[in-house]
Amino acid sequence: MADVLVTTDWVAQHSKDANVRIVEVDVDTTAYDQGHVPGAAGWNWTTELCDTLVRDIIPIKKLEDLLGRSGIDNKTTIVLYGDNNNWFAAWAFWQLKMYGHADVRIMDGGRKKWVAESRELSTEKSSFAPKTYKASGPDTSLRAFLPEVQQASAARKAALVDVRSPAEFTGEILAPPGLPETCQRGGHIPGAKSIPWGKNCNDDGTFKSLDELKKLYADQGIKGDGPVIAYCRIGERSSITWFVLKHLLGFENVKNYDGSWTEWGNLVGAPVEKP
Amino acid sequence: MKAEGYNRRRQDLGGWPIEIETYKLGDVYYCTINNVDPGARFARAEGPTREHAEAMALEKAERYLAQTRRFTVT
Repeated sequence: MADVLVTTDWVAQHSKDANVRIVEVDVDTTAYDQGHVPGAAGWNWTTELCDTLVRDIIPIKKLEDLLGRSGIDNKTTIVLYGDNNNWFAAWAFWQLKMYGHADVRIMDGGRKKWVAESRELSTEKSSFAPKTYKASGPDTSLRAFLPEVQQASAARKAALVDVRSPAEFTGEILAPPGLPETCQRGGHIPGAKSIPWGKNCNDDGTFKSLDELKKLYADQGIKGDGPVIAYCRIGERSSITWFVLKHLLGFENVKNYDGSWTEWGNLVGAPVEKP
Repeated sequence: MKAEGYNRRRQDLGGWPIEIETYKLGDVYYCTINNVDPGARFARAEGPTREHAEAMALEKAERYLAQTRRFTVT
């Protein structure tokens, strides 16, 4: 297993270590209150992991404050987990790497596996002695912005990976079933390949083996020898694919396009491919 | 506390495949509904019994799914 992944067993054994902080980040921001790994911090992606004024990642000062009040300093091992097979745990991982945190890991299987294994849960909000955190960056080599994606699509300069469901890719639906529609047009960025994020995972929420993952992407011509840009709807599902390509498979040039379909699918005049 | 009676199953709701996950924590049953593809949690409820929590969550899920439009793709 790559050193950026830890098992639920590892978390059970190390969650109280002084240099380890477990952090839950969920799509459903109420999930933490329904029971979490004892001692874990809970971060709300809608308010704490973004700029709430401008659409953007978390500003550096806000990140430093968040980490500091979570009892995290620059040497802390941060272990992230969450619901939906770690969608927003991966989103947090991506941002922490942009801001230069050295030791970030993901609990393989996420919240689903922890609960399914009937492990200890707490409903008490954890509190921490504050620490001082100093971030660097952000390292924008991990992030794709619209002009780069437009260029990549037009010139086929990078492999664009659409990690949404096939029905979103074709434009049959505008958002995952049951969730609000957040775009004006359905379809995908011209030239993108459809490799849904879920293909990275086993049924229990853990990541597939490195050989299986390597084959999944190699079959689509993605072998780590060229630039890759992953996107979804708002950038969290594509964080999973970014994590797999960059940190499990070790591909050098992988970016997450967090503007994703909520940017492209609302852009006046942007070309759209269907199905 | 530990989750008890963890159960995960799939069924169809309004033409959409969904996954229902239910467990008991303390005296409360928690139920969450995911769409199978792409696997997003979109409805949840809690209650004093498994049946109550699931019925409430399914009612919400059905309401939300009814708002999802399908477009013909050619």
